[in-house]
Amino acid sequence: MTAAVSIDDLVVDYDGFLALDRVSIEIASGESFGLVGESGSGKSTLLRAIAGLAPVSAGTITVNGQTLAARYRDKAFFRQVQMVFQDPYGSLHPRQTVDRLLLEPLAIHGIDNAEPRILRALDEVGLGASFRFRYSHQLSGGQRQRIAIARALIIEPSILLLDEPTSALDASVQAEVLNLLEQVRRDRQLTFLMVSHDLGVVTHMCDRLAVMKSGRVVERLSSGDLASGKVEQTYTQELMVASKGFVRRVIAPAPAG
Amino acid sequence: MSQISETPVLSRREWLLSDRPQSRLQARLGRAYMTWRRFSSNRLAMVGLGIILLLVAVAILADVLAPHSPVIGNLGGARLLPPGSEGYLLGTDDQGRDILSRLLHGSRLTLLVIVLVAVIAAPIGLLVGAVSGYAGGWVDAVLMRITDIFLAFPKLVLALAFVAAMGPGIENAILAIAITSWPPYARIARAETLAVRHSDYIAAVRLMGASPFRIVLRHVMPMCVSSLIVRVTLDMAGIILTAAGLGFLGLGAQPPLPEWGAMIAAGRRFILDQWWVATMPGLAILIVSLGFNLLGDGLRDALDPRESGQ
Amino acid sequence: MTPMLTVEDLRVRFPTRTGVIEAVRGVSFTLGRERLGIVGESGSGKSQTGRAIMGLTPPHAQITAKSLDFDGIDLLKAPSKLRRSLRGNRIAMILQDPKYSLNPVMSIGRQIVETLRTHEKVSAHQARDQAIAMLEAVQIRDAARVFDLYPHEVSGGMGQRAMIAMMLIAGPELLIADEPTSALDVTVQLEVLGILDRLVADRGMGLIFISHDLRLVSSFCDRVIVMYAGRIVEEIAATDLAHAKHPYTQGLLDCMPAIGSSRHPLPVLDRKPEWAL
Repeated sequence: MTAAVSIDDLVVDYDGFLALDRVSIEIASGESFGLVGESGSGKSTLLRAIAGLAPVSAGTITVNGQTLAARYRDKAFFRQVQMVFQDPYGSLHPRQTVDRLLLEPLAIHGIDNAEPRILRALDEVGLGASFRFRYSHQLSGGQRQRIAIARALIIEPSILLLDEPTSALDASVQAEVLNLLEQVRRDRQLTFLMVSHDLGVVTHMCDRLAVMKSGRVVERLSSGDLASGKVEQTYTQELMVASKGFVRRVIAPAPAG
Repeated sequence: MSQISETPVLSRREWLLSDRPQSRLQARLGRAYMTWRRFSSNRLAMVGLGIILLLVAVAILADVLAPHSPVIGNLGGARLLPPGSEGYLLGTDDQGRDILSRLLHGSRLTLLVIVLVAVIAAPIGLLVGAVSGYAGGWVDAVLMRITDIFLAFPKLVLALAFVAAMGPGIENAILAIAITSWPPYARIARAETLAVRHSDYIAAVRLMGASPFRIVLRHVMPMCVSSLIVRVTLDMAGIILTAAGLGFLGLGAQPPLPEWGAMIAAGRRFILDQWWVATMPGLAILIVSLGFNLLGDGLRDALDPRESGQ
Repeated sequence: MTPMLTVEDLRVRFPTRTGVIEAVRGVSFTLGRERLGIVGESGSGKSQTGRAIMGLTPPHAQITAKSLDFDGIDLLKAPSKLRRSLRGNRIAMILQDPKYSLNPVMSIGRQIVETLRTHEKVSAHQARDQAIAMLEAVQIRDAARVFDLYPHEVSGGMGQRAMIAMMLIAGPELLIADEPTSALDVTVQLEVLGILDRLVADRGMGLIFISHDLRLVSSFCDRVIVMYAGRIVEEIAATDLAHAKHPYTQGLLDCMPAIGSSRHPLPVLDRKPEWAL
């Protein structure tokens, strides 16, 4: 199995605060890998570091066999790796139509045949041509996220970074978007690196996952292990319990912190 | 998701307000129409717009409208006639020139000053501010210190210094005003840029591999434009006053050009006995300044991003 | 049990440029000293229902109801002075994000004291003691220190607990919690819910818990109201949720990915237009 993304001892340092503390992860080509953790665990920072949006101070990131520089990413990199953001209300330019949003990546990479590509991209995310000339404020949250996915896919990357792609959506819309993501992964043999705080979503989408806390990976396990309860770390167990909803009186009032 | 329907016959209004536009043009017009509806519901703003449109119309039709020549006066029998005199609605000045005709022709100069200053100063401010805000670091520091230096002087004093150095004249006055009025625009553009710079949509474009140049030009600047338009419009009154001030001091338009500020300056000698000579151009400046202020206020409400984001 | 709150045919309308939007369309329910959950997706009118009871609807909206009765007081006809004194004193509300609902330039302790003293005549010293006791009741360790902190100096979970302390200090009988834990991490979320649960039980309050999270609400509340497009589509005891009748409720339960259930693709909600009728 060849590694699509391989991260080795990565450190991200925000002025003395270690957002990532020697994190190592290997993701095989075509695999779907999940990162779980709570806020401040560094899971989103890892994605941003791969994308060149976070200050890497040590460690290496290798994508499709090429070791990346700490900060600089060239155009060729972005044709391989694309990202979908958490907030569908913030990730689409408020003054651009869907058409303009989808045209932009094609223009940047000098890809021709824009017209059919845009129509195909809209079709692929289940929206159709009638959405082409709308502004983002004329779309619902789920539709915006579909546009964001279409925009990421239009330059045909092989790796997709997903930063909580459904956490801002309603549950029923979340199901639709997750299904869409699964389908495009199957159709295009994509590699997914997905970040979420929701264990249910991650186990649904990913084969393997890493649990993160305070900038470190505390446990690596497969979705199967998690489902059958083969969990070693208490933190992972806590997350599992929490994901099942509130249990009256079973959780003793924890000491305040 | 959407059912395919044969295009129903839409009224023009419905076509503009459609939330599923069929073409780039319709999307853009629809958006402009929404802004126009917000703007036109503001009565004072419409008054402002009316004044400015009137100014433009007058400037275009000055030759037709003016009853007399703006520069050649009737020295023999028509010096310092009061308003309402036969043939001279607003009176005449000390050279026997019809004040109304001079005001009408002066509107051209006023408009010229405004347009040229806006065309020169606003893009400079936008570019400096957007680059400074997006680049950050030493680029930001250098550009903003230069901006600060310009901001440290009173506008009129700085403009005076420039005109004094370049020599009096309307072109130099325009240049001087333009040079002194871009710094506030740079500040605004920078503030707007800082606000959008870390947004996800800018990160998304970066992740597509767009060059910084492209990001600033095509994604950041459009976000700064509306607040800049508002600011420039509100500044118009100030620009007119600065131009008038330069004219008044004899450093702007040179005689016999009918520039409003210079007209006031010429009339100040007889302000007590022949008040209209200085008052009429003063009123013209007042009305046009008011028009731009009302227009700017209306634009601010209409272009407010909080509104358009709904 | 006589209900503490009776809501009958509540409607909230927002006039806009393009016509009237009806956010809540004829909602009726009663509440005793129990935990009632209101669940719905964005735009279902669940938050506007809570706000209408609390009296926090924006002024341009129109509220009508056959009855909106809290302990014998007709809330719609009550003078605004009476409503103000009810608010905080007998009816309290917790909002989603403590960042936005705490005053950033006032220390947490002062805000709690302020709330207390607008509703009760107590000395400054007494108020401080009560506030610290309340902070301890929401399991804030070292309450005296937190008392003097400003909202930005505490974590989200701590802020939300301070918010709960502030809302409960005057001893309200009805608490409306609008997504009280959605901005928090899952583990913190349960802690905060545990505290809320105990306080509601100890003080015999009525609770309206508004959330988008059906699973969470059903595990926390006694009774659940499911809203869709401004209407109640189903009202059901939390324990019977598995036997929900309405396809919307079933769909909502069904579409959540869960650990250990492998369903690819996930069932999606097929929204029927008649649900919104």
